[in-house]
Amino acid sequence: MAIDTKPASKSAAPSPEKTRREVNILAGFGHAFLAVWALLIIAPLIWTFLASFKSNEEIFGDAWTMPGALRLDNWTRAWSEAHVGQYFLNSVFVVALSTAGTMLLGAMAAYVLARYSFWGNRIIYYLFVSGLAFPVFLALVPLFFVVRNLGLLNSYLGLILVYIAYSLPFTVFFLAAFFKSLPNSVAEAATMDGASHTRLFFQVMMPMARSGLISITIFNVIGQWNQYLLPLALLQGEGAEDKWVLTQGIANISTSAGFDADWGGLFAALTMAILPMIVIYAIFQRQIQSGLTSGAVK
Amino acid sequence: MRHGKYPFVIGFLAAPVTIYVVFVIAPYAQAFYMALTNWRGLSPGKFVGLENFQRLFTNDDAFWKALQHHGILLLALPLITIIIALFLAFMLNVGGGSQKGIMTGVWGSKFYRVVFFLPQVLAVAILGVLFQAIYRPDGSGMINSLITKAGLEPIGFLIEPKIALWSIIAVLVWQAVGFYVVLFSAGMSNIPKDIYEAAMLDGATRMSMFFRVTLPLLWDTLQVAWVYLGIAAFDAFAIVQTLSVDQGGPDGSTTVIGMEIYRNAFTYSKYGYASAMGVALFFLTITFAALSLRVSRRESVEM
Repeated sequence: MAIDTKPASKSAAPSPEKTRREVNILAGFGHAFLAVWALLIIAPLIWTFLASFKSNEEIFGDAWTMPGALRLDNWTRAWSEAHVGQYFLNSVFVVALSTAGTMLLGAMAAYVLARYSFWGNRIIYYLFVSGLAFPVFLALVPLFFVVRNLGLLNSYLGLILVYIAYSLPFTVFFLAAFFKSLPNSVAEAATMDGASHTRLFFQVMMPMARSGLISITIFNVIGQWNQYLLPLALLQGEGAEDKWVLTQGIANISTSAGFDADWGGLFAALTMAILPMIVIYAIFQRQIQSGLTSGAVK
Repeated sequence: MRHGKYPFVIGFLAAPVTIYVVFVIAPYAQAFYMALTNWRGLSPGKFVGLENFQRLFTNDDAFWKALQHHGILLLALPLITIIIALFLAFMLNVGGGSQKGIMTGVWGSKFYRVVFFLPQVLAVAILGVLFQAIYRPDGSGMINSLITKAGLEPIGFLIEPKIALWSIIAVLVWQAVGFYVVLFSAGMSNIPKDIYEAAMLDGATRMSMFFRVTLPLLWDTLQVAWVYLGIAAFDAFAIVQTLSVDQGGPDGSTTVIGMEIYRNAFTYSKYGYASAMGVALFFLTITFAALSLRVSRRESVEM
């Protein structure tokens, strides 16, 4: 995406006068639109952040006033009473394990499917890839009963296994293509040196596939972190509230905040859910952009 | 390869394939059978043939409303998102005009790209809650505060059945645009610079450059965007569930198939019926994907 800035010697269009005027109008309009769109993205987020310090009266008053005081107790209430802290940690726990599992199992399957020929290779590959074509809603009801019959309803193990299962199609699809593109020579050299298949995979191929693995890890972390339907369907029943992940917790707070009339707490909770993502995005924005778009660019 | 290939292959495939078959393949397969039963969770369901589908298409207002909404989403979401994203991407990559013959983006391009993409990392469920506050129907809502200050009547973004769906589409567009700006930017940077240069020398205006050079050469990327957004238009569950009044309301004016599946399964325990909706949704998605790939393939430009 690098923009070439080195000056070229050629001069441009035949009628510079006309072109310049046209450029000015378009550039003016374009600039304005860019700025407006940026404002449309930023304003709601800043507004939410400010509202997290407001009292109920201020929130129900004029929306565009600054908070009268820095009410940090909104944040304390959201963290402890509305359990945002706990939901946050739940999400971290689930996504850490499920992404790790997805990457390990997905890379193993993709590697074997990409680099070994054996009977049934293509069948298994297309079995995985076909998963990309099915909407999750088609499976929702039977999935609920599969998980329940295994006794995994309302458990993290069930949710993590389901996350892994539904992340595998894309992970396998992408990584198989990646493993295929790796050179044979290194693998052959390692085999000559007596490396076993397993060692070859973990110590030679995995490090070589690092850039692809990073892209898909980011893709999976964000996808699983933002997942809403699956936890909603699978974490229900007695005591489920303690296990909820962040998206569920936040979605539910909006209902309960209405009952408790704790709007400051709601905005504090929203800010807590949004802010870490913005910070992480600000740090890794280049990797995140390429990770999330990697599927489409392929 | 050397000895022990099969134990290794089986060892590496056993866990992923097992998990995948149990939690993905088996449910998908079961859904097609379940859709033909009247199972409601307690007694074993009876096989009723296509009765569920008959009811679905002749006697279910909510489902028809949901279908219509998917129709609107399918047209509006890709169209609006792609137009905005194309324009923004064009500005960011070529809009700066020619710096002595080379096309550059406008000032601040990098900053804009980072900001535009930001909503992509936020969960739709969280955005739903956020936009409830933005859309609030009185002066305490972020938008209506400005509207009332201008002396106008506040707008019931979510409680007015005629505009509720559009309010939801606006959020989806708001979130999606940045992704496609990045996608189109990548596509535009692949267009050889000398094509622009040649067009400039021929006296092409910016407008004709966009329509004659950028757009045709970006066709493959546009096709990908169209399919992605179209598939997204068949979902929209999370945003409807968290943002709309009464989960699909007011009066069913924002409901989507995903919402109806969830409601029929987990509120009414009509598992067979919900599965039938899932099957209908599957065929809709597949038909859309196949059609759009077919239609757009013919027109791509050879480079």
